[in-house]
Amino acid sequence: MYAQMIKSEATQEDPEKLAAFQARIDAGEKIEPKDWMPLGYRKTLIRQIGQHAHSEIVGQLPEGNWITRAPTLERKAILLAKVQDEAGHGLYLYCAAETLGVTRDEITEMLLDGRMKYSSIFNYPTLTWADMGAVGWLVDGAAIMNQVPLQRTSFGPYSRAMIRICKEESFHQRQGYDIMMKMASGTPAQKKMAQDALNRFWYPSLMMFGPSDKESVHSEQSMAWKIKMNTNDELRQKFVDQTVPQAEYLGLTVPDENLKWNEETGHYDFSQPDWSEFFDVLKGNGPCNRERLAARNKAWDDGKWVRDGLLAHAEKKAARKVAAE
Amino acid sequence: MSSPNAAYPDTPDQATKPKRHEWPLWEVFIRGQHGMSHRHVGSLHAPDADMAVKNARDVYTRRNEGVSIWVVEARHIAASSPSDKGPLYEPSESKVYRHPTFFDIPEEVGAM
Amino acid sequence: MTRDMAFFEFLCRMGDNTLVLGHRVSEWCGHAPVLEEDIALANTALDLIGQTQMWLGLAGEVEGEGRSADDLAMLRDAWDFRNVLLAEQPNGDFGQTMMRQYLFDQAHVLLLQKLAGSSDERVAGIAAKAVKEVAYHVERSRDTVIGLGDGTSESHRRMQAALDLLWPYAGEMFTDDEVSGIMAGEGIAPEPSSLRAAWDAAVQETMSEATLVIPDSDFAHAGGKTGFRHSEHLGHMLTQMQWLQRAYPGARW
Repeated sequence: MYAQMIKSEATQEDPEKLAAFQARIDAGEKIEPKDWMPLGYRKTLIRQIGQHAHSEIVGQLPEGNWITRAPTLERKAILLAKVQDEAGHGLYLYCAAETLGVTRDEITEMLLDGRMKYSSIFNYPTLTWADMGAVGWLVDGAAIMNQVPLQRTSFGPYSRAMIRICKEESFHQRQGYDIMMKMASGTPAQKKMAQDALNRFWYPSLMMFGPSDKESVHSEQSMAWKIKMNTNDELRQKFVDQTVPQAEYLGLTVPDENLKWNEETGHYDFSQPDWSEFFDVLKGNGPCNRERLAARNKAWDDGKWVRDGLLAHAEKKAARKVAAE
Repeated sequence: MSSPNAAYPDTPDQATKPKRHEWPLWEVFIRGQHGMSHRHVGSLHAPDADMAVKNARDVYTRRNEGVSIWVVEARHIAASSPSDKGPLYEPSESKVYRHPTFFDIPEEVGAM
Repeated sequence: MTRDMAFFEFLCRMGDNTLVLGHRVSEWCGHAPVLEEDIALANTALDLIGQTQMWLGLAGEVEGEGRSADDLAMLRDAWDFRNVLLAEQPNGDFGQTMMRQYLFDQAHVLLLQKLAGSSDERVAGIAAKAVKEVAYHVERSRDTVIGLGDGTSESHRRMQAALDLLWPYAGEMFTDDEVSGIMAGEGIAPEPSSLRAAWDAAVQETMSEATLVIPDSDFAHAGGKTGFRHSEHLGHMLTQMQWLQRAYPGARW
């Protein structure tokens, strides 16, 4: 999903080196930052890891929107801890991207001025407390589906970041489902809220895996490089198969009239999301694109004097220490 | 060590980029409660060593992972090049007797 | 005022300080100047929320009317809150947030050190846990105040402005009254005024390292910890914090 819309670069490099590189990947070796790598591999990774990192950071905002309105002290603490984890995950991923030759500030600026993207799901608003449940259950559920295989990705720093992230993230989806269980078995108003959240987040969650990659050659290259581990369609199907019974357990209805179990395939048949909406959101016309980017820009601009001030102090302190020696 | 990307030991130099005034990158090593030695857990940014230790505490011990923290500015780490992997590591691979599992000890002897 | 009434008041003062300040700090999540600070602020807020659960939990127990920590946090109106005015001041810029944090942390840690020896075991227990967390809070907020005070001309200017703005709210943390007199008499908690000298010394040292000038005034706003007159800011905070509980009475979350 974070890998959505990534185009790998056409490479014009030494075929022997390329073959040796591919052989290492096929043998399951990890590629480390100092190793030779094709330019396309490096660029694709910077973009993919960068987008993934940006998604974590922008992803703080829709859930952060409810921290100050959490209904109990415990819910407030859990939500805050979860959104804090997302900041941590963004931090790990930026560090992984930095090993490829960009600095964190550089790549951050590319997010802020729109040169780089983040997952479109975070351009949808969170309107009720049930959305905290739906985001944890569906959005984190879809994210985990994508992230678990990425633990085996070929680039060492990315793989290690994903291992740490997956370990920490194990509670995120559960806390979301836990909120949904409380809501779905609560008062009629709470149940209505839960159904409404599912209605609004179902199709955007399906979009998280990206459009069908049946015809994409870029996908093929990324899969050969083990930057992308599964096709978008595989992951989407897996997500639907896993999520439908969970919705049934909650007594909620997935908003898809065509949803039904297919004995032959052993999978659910389901409706595709509206892909024109997906491309609209990607182009900047989602419900919250402007607010999300504005919030990140404001934090960055307002924080400049703080970053500069602390750095200036550190440099003065070091200079004073040298002078004293 | 002229380019900013030399700040990370594993990052290839790209000398064309201008120097940016950013918080430097630090590598973080943590020894856990029952750990024998410090292990690399990740990286972060901080203006100086004091703040790097504090940031490491906040970023990398959120789940009580550690009792002792080391930080090293990334550019001060000297690292072997991965392409040296062969000569550096292969000789010891043949010395399997250095590994305890090389020796079959009868179960009756107990833990060893 | 009976001992139990005073005890309840005291526990609300402790819990409402951490509740209100924790809430303020949590407002930064996702908006801090740099990722490492975002994560650190969330840790501080999480510690304060955890302390709130303990203090208000005990307050409900002492009151004996079956109110939980959540009931106290979510279902009291502004006049029932007993936090100092400093805690409810808006975040402002990052400098104001860190200055508010430091002034509070420095008093908080001194108080908790004393409370760890409280005649009431439950109070001593909570304080012993909280003091470890708050010792780190003050270390961090102190370093940040020093770093920004001594940093660039802009950061210095902003930190001096923050100190000037917040200084009149510091004094309320050290005023004695009937509640604190009863608590001191019972050996449960020290008189706040007894902490002032140590706080002054520590703050003086920090500000001088930060190259900041403490305002030459001992004027102090009051009305927060007695609940007599909170600032207008508290009500707005409560409309957010309590909204779900108020809009859907009796629902379980």
